[in-house]
Amino acid sequence: MKKVYIRGVGSISSQKTLDNKEFLDEITGYNDTVISVVNPVYKDYIPPAAARRMAKGVKMGVVASKVALEDAGLENVDAIITGTGMGCVVDSEKFVSAIIDNNEEFLTPTSFIQSTHNTVGGQIALGLGCKGYNFTYVHASNSFESAMLDAKMQLEFDEASSILIGGVDELGAHTVKIHRLIDHIKPVEVSPANLLDSGTKGAVFSEGANFFVLGNAKKENTYAELVAVETFNDLPEENLLEAVKKFLIDNNVLIEDIDVLIQGNNGDVVYDRYYNSLSQGIFSKTQQIYYKHLCGEFNTASSFGVWLGAKILKTQQVPDIVALNDVKTSKLETILLYNQYRGENHSFTLLRKC
Amino acid sequence: MSKGVAITGMGIISAIGDNVAENYNALIEGRKGISRISKIDTVHKDAIMVGEIEASNQELVNQLGLPSENNYCRTAMLGAIAAKQSIADAKISDIKKYKTGLISATSVGGMDMTEKYFYEYLEDKELQKYIEGHHAGDSTQKIAEQLGIEQSLVTTISTACSSAANSIMFGARLIKSGKLDRVVVGGTDCLSKFTINGFKTLMILSDTYNTPFDENRKGLNLGEAAAFLVLESDAVVKAENKKVLAYVKGYGNANDAYHQTASSENGDGATLAMEKALKVGGLQPKDIDYINAHGTATGNNDLSEGRAIIRVFGEDLPEFSSTKAYTGHTLAAAGAIEAVYAVLALQNNVIYPNLNFKTQMKEFDITPQTVLKEKELDTVLSNSLGFGGNCSTVIFSKQA
Repeated sequence: MKKVYIRGVGSISSQKTLDNKEFLDEITGYNDTVISVVNPVYKDYIPPAAARRMAKGVKMGVVASKVALEDAGLENVDAIITGTGMGCVVDSEKFVSAIIDNNEEFLTPTSFIQSTHNTVGGQIALGLGCKGYNFTYVHASNSFESAMLDAKMQLEFDEASSILIGGVDELGAHTVKIHRLIDHIKPVEVSPANLLDSGTKGAVFSEGANFFVLGNAKKENTYAELVAVETFNDLPEENLLEAVKKFLIDNNVLIEDIDVLIQGNNGDVVYDRYYNSLSQGIFSKTQQIYYKHLCGEFNTASSFGVWLGAKILKTQQVPDIVALNDVKTSKLETILLYNQYRGENHSFTLLRKC
Repeated sequence: MSKGVAITGMGIISAIGDNVAENYNALIEGRKGISRISKIDTVHKDAIMVGEIEASNQELVNQLGLPSENNYCRTAMLGAIAAKQSIADAKISDIKKYKTGLISATSVGGMDMTEKYFYEYLEDKELQKYIEGHHAGDSTQKIAEQLGIEQSLVTTISTACSSAANSIMFGARLIKSGKLDRVVVGGTDCLSKFTINGFKTLMILSDTYNTPFDENRKGLNLGEAAAFLVLESDAVVKAENKKVLAYVKGYGNANDAYHQTASSENGDGATLAMEKALKVGGLQPKDIDYINAHGTATGNNDLSEGRAIIRVFGEDLPEFSSTKAYTGHTLAAAGAIEAVYAVLALQNNVIYPNLNFKTQMKEFDITPQTVLKEKELDTVLSNSLGFGGNCSTVIFSKQA
């Protein structure tokens, strides 16, 4: 079996992350319950006429994937695998409301077409002229991890040599409105610094696109090795410890080998206990990092975590802003990521310095 | 590593039957499930025909024994019913005995509830339980729960009309790689105003019975359905002395990279998908005994797919037919519905008629099989083609 490497990254997030020469040099603060992305100058990447017709999710996906490909020094890939929780939700909302408001009349197909979950993956393929394998996973907080797992399997068995993967989700006004009603969104504004101490239910909702070129050949500019990824549809808190131990054993890694633990804490007073049980338990002496205070919460927010881990391993630097505890590791070689959303769809990802 | 990917159980609910036997009987008796729509109050009700499942939501709730406060959308309920059938058919009594995953496919997810309660959510607290059920993954999580699949690999694929073929493909790869010992794969989609109006705006809905591969085809009929198959590794089959219904022999996915909704004129993506599937299966075109075509009866699909079939098979063309005239186009479920039909074809050595065909298409000479035909079948090739240029082929066989 071949090893799998992260060879290029492209990130559009609520921080200035698109320029790969930088690494969280400047932080964009907020005091809010919903945050959007720092928009790139889309016309630098997409002809304006085409960009006007594109949903935001498509635009973000196209730009992030272009940056990732350029970063990897590739013009094209063998396959494109996308993860998205909701797809282009703005268009879904538009089409549903138009159906209701106009009693099923005077509708146009554009928003229906864009609402199809695989629109982003399809549009990226169309732009690249990539006729290869093209999948879209839509499984809540394991959408991106499913894409990563699929790509990893193909690269390990040498069924492909380079694959573009990504996680992308956009904010929709109505979706935000109704998720406030069921306490999925924080009731009062928070800032990045006090997210974890908010003491309230829900998360800061957000959006973003993090794309990666994975390959099975190590090149000069390689970020990290993607050692393993495993997903769980559910995982009771009492079984979490056993699951993480088994994951490490399966991958021949000791708890002491983990230099950095990256967790998906989102400040939800109900569900952060999963993260706390690892950070206060077996990893209490490990350097810990979090990131959702920077990128917010969305179904594919964990793709930002992978971006962060890859950048840390490549640059051998940990920005102060992501520190979750005071422990400082002597080396940055092996990173474990853990994510879940509202107690469902848990994942472990293991990255290693090349 | 498992060499073979065995199918050991199947479940289905569609417009032509509530289980595998009912579906098979309808197929061989040429009984289609297309009618006027009765369960959705749409202004288009006199302008379209659909493949609707008879049971109401309340009947599905009762059948599954769900508590009244449940927040299942119709997609989740149909999926749970078909998936449970597949587990029973595979005679699995202890799902935790082997590492078992679930790969489902859906395009609609909980849209049926969202479109009903879109504004009501803002006023009525009672209805807000459905908000969490909107996203596609929720239906899959519920099916996993119904099957007792815990702490395992569960995911959802949504690549429009090829979705379920892709869930079979991913499941087969998970078995081959040894990541899972057993995986339940399939897809589920209910009818919704969303898809009815969406396809209506694309002007590809027929106002009468759909007629795949007919010169005068007028478009598709939407359908609702769910189907799931149990895939097991060689080791599980051996250890449990399992009866194997058929094998997933080959699979391929490719992108047309031509247009967001339309297929390329010469079916580049479909051609590539079929070629890849043959290669994975170690087969030549002449080894295929029957093609269950995607055949939606839209002008664009049937022409593009037909040309792709000619490109791959040339003169060696086996019988082909589309079963969409029976069930309607069940979108993300279609690949799984037709996988069940392909396995039934292998088990019974029959080729289903392509119903409603009258007039030969003028662009090419190939003609679908129009009457039920008995023929010894060893391999069946099934196509699923979707929006976003997504093209998938799965090959089923009697032998591993």
